[in-house]
Amino acid sequence: MIEASSLSFHYPGGASISFPDIRCDAGDQLLILGESGTGKSTLLQLLAGLRQPDTGSVRIHGTMLQDVPKVRRDQFRGQHIGLIFQTPHFLQALNVEQNIALAQRLAGKEVDLLRIHALLDKLGLLHRLNAYPRHCSQGEQQRISIARALINRPDILLADEPTSALDDRHCREVLHLLQEQAADCRSALIIVTHDQRIKDQIPHTITLERHV
Amino acid sequence: MYSLWLSWKHLVHKPSQLVLNLVLLALSTGLIAGVLLFDQMITDRLDRNLAGIDLVIGAKGSPLQLILSGMYHLDTPTGNISLESVRPFMRPGHPLIQRAVPLSLGDSYQGYRIVGTDTAFLAMYGLTIGQGQLADAPMDVLAGANVAKALGLVVGQTFQSVHGLDDNPDLTHEDSHPFRVVGILEPSGTVADQLLLTPLESVWMVHDHGHAEEVTGGLPEQDQRQITTLLIQYRVRNHLTLNLPRNINENTELMAASPAMEMNRLYALMGAGTDLLGILAWIILGVSGLSIFVSLYSSLQARRYELALMRVMGSSPGGLFRLIIQEGFLLALAGGMLGIILAHVGVWLSGQFLEDAWHYSFDTWVFLPAEGWLFLAVLAFGVLAALIPAWQARKVDIGETLVD
Repeated sequence: MIEASSLSFHYPGGASISFPDIRCDAGDQLLILGESGTGKSTLLQLLAGLRQPDTGSVRIHGTMLQDVPKVRRDQFRGQHIGLIFQTPHFLQALNVEQNIALAQRLAGKEVDLLRIHALLDKLGLLHRLNAYPRHCSQGEQQRISIARALINRPDILLADEPTSALDDRHCREVLHLLQEQAADCRSALIIVTHDQRIKDQIPHTITLERHV
Repeated sequence: MYSLWLSWKHLVHKPSQLVLNLVLLALSTGLIAGVLLFDQMITDRLDRNLAGIDLVIGAKGSPLQLILSGMYHLDTPTGNISLESVRPFMRPGHPLIQRAVPLSLGDSYQGYRIVGTDTAFLAMYGLTIGQGQLADAPMDVLAGANVAKALGLVVGQTFQSVHGLDDNPDLTHEDSHPFRVVGILEPSGTVADQLLLTPLESVWMVHDHGHAEEVTGGLPEQDQRQITTLLIQYRVRNHLTLNLPRNINENTELMAASPAMEMNRLYALMGAGTDLLGILAWIILGVSGLSIFVSLYSSLQARRYELALMRVMGSSPGGLFRLIIQEGFLLALAGGMLGIILAHVGVWLSGQFLEDAWHYSFDTWVFLPAEGWLFLAVLAFGVLAALIPAWQARKVDIGETLVD
């Protein structure tokens, strides 16, 4: 589970943004809605420990993020948090299987090819195992990035605008996949988006206001 | 190992850049190593033929030519001298001279030189007979190991010599006595391996226009016999031996040349060329270092997102730093190895060429300590060139990058 309280952040030379408190338990789902400029992506980065908050704290699976020594923080993130971005990115030099194995390696885990194959199979991607991501379709790439985020059975699955670029059908598909897979791994799923289409699909919603 | 593999994957992902960097590195490393090896090959080969010879006496001309023809059997002789004029140096109890070996050149067989000399030649070069026996009688030939192998000579075989040192069948001495192989020398690694040795009398016979019997029949009244060169080993070294060459050059029709001095002059001449080539090679190495830097640095921009992604997945800033450093290191490793191989193949090829041209054999597969140092220097270059790009990779701001 993940818990954030009294988070605030300011860009260099910019105004300070304060965020509402957030809590999402294992197996739970949370939607964070907000128009552009409300600091959605920043909030997601604070939750993932990609940025340092000015105030407040993030607690992941009982550990305060700021208590994790800096040298261990990247690995801690790799082990506990799966991240999905609006545009999927990969290491272009590696094929699909190697890209997913990389996530296991960098998180300090052993490469588990059986799990990679099983997960890709579940996402209908097993035939793309040896393909290079740039040769895969947009939809396939999105699913590969979901597989990569889930490979380490993260406690938290953070998705940044996973559906905004997709048409209605693919939007439903991706959302369904995320929910299903997060439930499978008992991950806390947090989706940050301005995409109103998925509003009713997720039990808890926090709306970020353009601030004052 | 995994992170090395990852670095390697990134290198082969950009094949054109990889090839450019490898070619530059291999070229510069190969040139430097090649110069080192070639230098070593030549000097080693020439030094082995010094055989403790202190002085070479011959007809007046170029001292270097005298040395090259008399000791290394490379150039044409400066001319002939009368046996009479050098007889004092050959006197057994000479206070300064321990050993004087006369050589008579002028004939060859299939491009290999026939050298008229006496048994002191064997002692001077430390030669031993592998098969057969000493060439005692006129027209007997003791074949050097390489000649015997190259021409397939066996004991008992006869052949007609050719006038001159080139392989020109038109100049065959058809009407004179044939030479007969009576022995074959053990390989010695010296110039003797490429020579056909025969008693001095043989050469005189061949060139006495068919009247050879008269010469062997007894000395003519006035000794008009000639030799080409006299090789001298000193008994002692003092101010007298120091002045001996000058005395000979100033007071006689002969010329005396010191091999050590002449070869040093030759090395100095050669050295200027190899030094220049060496400098050029280091400049190319500098350029290849720059090329590694540029390709790593420019690909960094394109890879910012990938690097940030790796941080998201758990890689530390130090991990990214290492990734880029390893790319420089692997490039240098592969390029340096290619270069060293290139140098050895190149030197081997030029060795083959020189062997054909000079009838010399060369050791081309020796590895020099200097090559090891060169290799380390190339590795250091690779790491150094990757240092700044690696530092940039380390500092990639994940938050900023992922927002783009």
